Amino acid sequence: MSVDHATVKKIASLARLAISDAEADALVPELNNILGFVEQLGEVDVTGVEPMTAVIPNKLRLREDVVTDGNVRDKVLANAPQAEHGFFAVPKVIE
Amino acid sequence: MTDLTDLSVAQIREGFRKGEFTAREVAEAFNANVAAAKALNAFIVETPDHALAAADAADKARSEDKLLPLSGVPIGMKDLFCTQGVQTTAASHMLEGFVPTYESTVSRHLFEAGAGMLGKLNLDQFAMGSSNETSYFGNVISPWRRSDGGNADLAPGGSSGGSSAAISARLCPAATGTDTGGSIRQPAAFTGISGIKPTYGRCSRWGIVAFASSLDQAGPMARDVRDCAIMLQNMAGFDPRDATSLDLPVPEWEAGLSSDLKGKRVGIPKEYRVDGMPSEIDALWEQGIAFLKDAGAEIVEVSLPHTHYALPAYYIIAPAEASSNLARYDGVRYGLRDLPDGAGLQDMYAATRAAGFGAEVKRRIMIGTYVLSAGFYDAYYTQAQKVRTLIARDFERAWESCDLLLTPTAPSAAFALGEKQADPLAMYLNDVFTVPASLAGLPAMSVPGGLDAQGLPLGLQIIGKPLDEQGVLNAGLAIEERAGFSARPGKWW
Repeated sequence: MSVDHATVKKIASLARLAISDAEADALVPELNNILGFVEQLGEVDVTGVEPMTAVIPNKLRLREDVVTDGNVRDKVLANAPQAEHGFFAVPKVIE
Repeated sequence: MTDLTDLSVAQIREGFRKGEFTAREVAEAFNANVAAAKALNAFIVETPDHALAAADAADKARSEDKLLPLSGVPIGMKDLFCTQGVQTTAASHMLEGFVPTYESTVSRHLFEAGAGMLGKLNLDQFAMGSSNETSYFGNVISPWRRSDGGNADLAPGGSSGGSSAAISARLCPAATGTDTGGSIRQPAAFTGISGIKPTYGRCSRWGIVAFASSLDQAGPMARDVRDCAIMLQNMAGFDPRDATSLDLPVPEWEAGLSSDLKGKRVGIPKEYRVDGMPSEIDALWEQGIAFLKDAGAEIVEVSLPHTHYALPAYYIIAPAEASSNLARYDGVRYGLRDLPDGAGLQDMYAATRAAGFGAEVKRRIMIGTYVLSAGFYDAYYTQAQKVRTLIARDFERAWESCDLLLTPTAPSAAFALGEKQADPLAMYLNDVFTVPASLAGLPAMSVPGGLDAQGLPLGLQIIGKPLDEQGVLNAGLAIEERAGFSARPGKWW
């Protein structure tokens, strides 16, 4: 499988990365080179093999069902590019 | 008086306890070395006041007989660990100016053990790279130079390249690193120091800027094996805030150090003899085998048949996880925001991410997004995770006939900056020996084995069974004692 200019633009859009046509053109051979390399995995017989989910056996722990937000709103907002009235502010999303 | 910056962590600890010098003298000596080494670009932020404050606390603790395990020891912190009140960037423009309001678990453990911080160490951007050439804050220059008389700037390895350069240049006695596919071990090998990636889950990932969560693991880098053991036991430990943290006691690895390998079987995986490997690497490997035999180990040949597929599997799994992890950088909650005039929310996301990420990070996000996208998920991602199962199974089978594995750490000595940058794949191939243990979550360490013909360090890698950091450290110690590696870079910076 390989990618073309249109596919690269589509992936960039999915990844929310603004790219120019020239950048997309440059990425086509780069990505195809990497995809060509990883494609060799197709040779491996994986019949009956389960995909890896955890490298070290470890059971998921349950915690008490209580609020643990830490009551640290101001700390959470401290690094926000724009914080207003105790909220993250973003450009208008509804008309 | 000895130069305090030549001392190891253990020697600083002992000398300070005996009253041969004060912690403040140690911190001042290292602060001076840091300040005089701007040419290496190893630090993104220097924190001399942090080191001095910890030193003063240590001097006070000594007078009150309340010493902590790392009292008097200043260290370097890879700038991937969130440090409260100190800028944490992951070497990215995206996080430039980000000042965490919390402390990562690993850095908190180290500070609670009495360590001071000399600064935040440069790295490959978001830990993606093998040469420290992807940092937004510029390349780290290795203190090592080839003996051919040329002055080519060499790579300190990556992604923990600031850590490796700083330790080998005596800017800090030890530092934290993180390892996703070799980011502790390969830079350690390139700079003639030691570094261990523990079993996945030993060190909490909480507060470490995430790259590929199923692979990321913190570990120490230092000039010898004992210092790695001391650091690791002050970094590791169960943390309920990391869902993959192992709920196990932290062993006393330093007390358990022994270079007597009688009764240990060391496997030599034949698949690691790759085509085109320089003869010097092969000779180093043979030397390592001889060292371990001399220490009493029995050498056995083993097979890890899927080794060849580790790198392609890694370059699907790691970018896939990265594309997901890095989705958090949206210009809303922290980090950079780029809001073009009249832009809506979606445009803001795309503009912010285009401006905030470097080329290699974007490349990996693109690959990761592609292999996870509808129609390709099974062919790439699921297939890679199945191959990962086979790679882990290879190791499990090997453990039936051996206790440890010995391999070279990297397929070459340090290369010159710029030499491999044009071809991402050539750069990726540097991780060929380190990636398999990462995919299987196994503890693995690099120790210096010798020098190549150009006078550059070469590393040997020891891989152990899950949770057998002690076995790995002990074999590392056996090599260290026999290699007698004492080379250090001549000071030019």
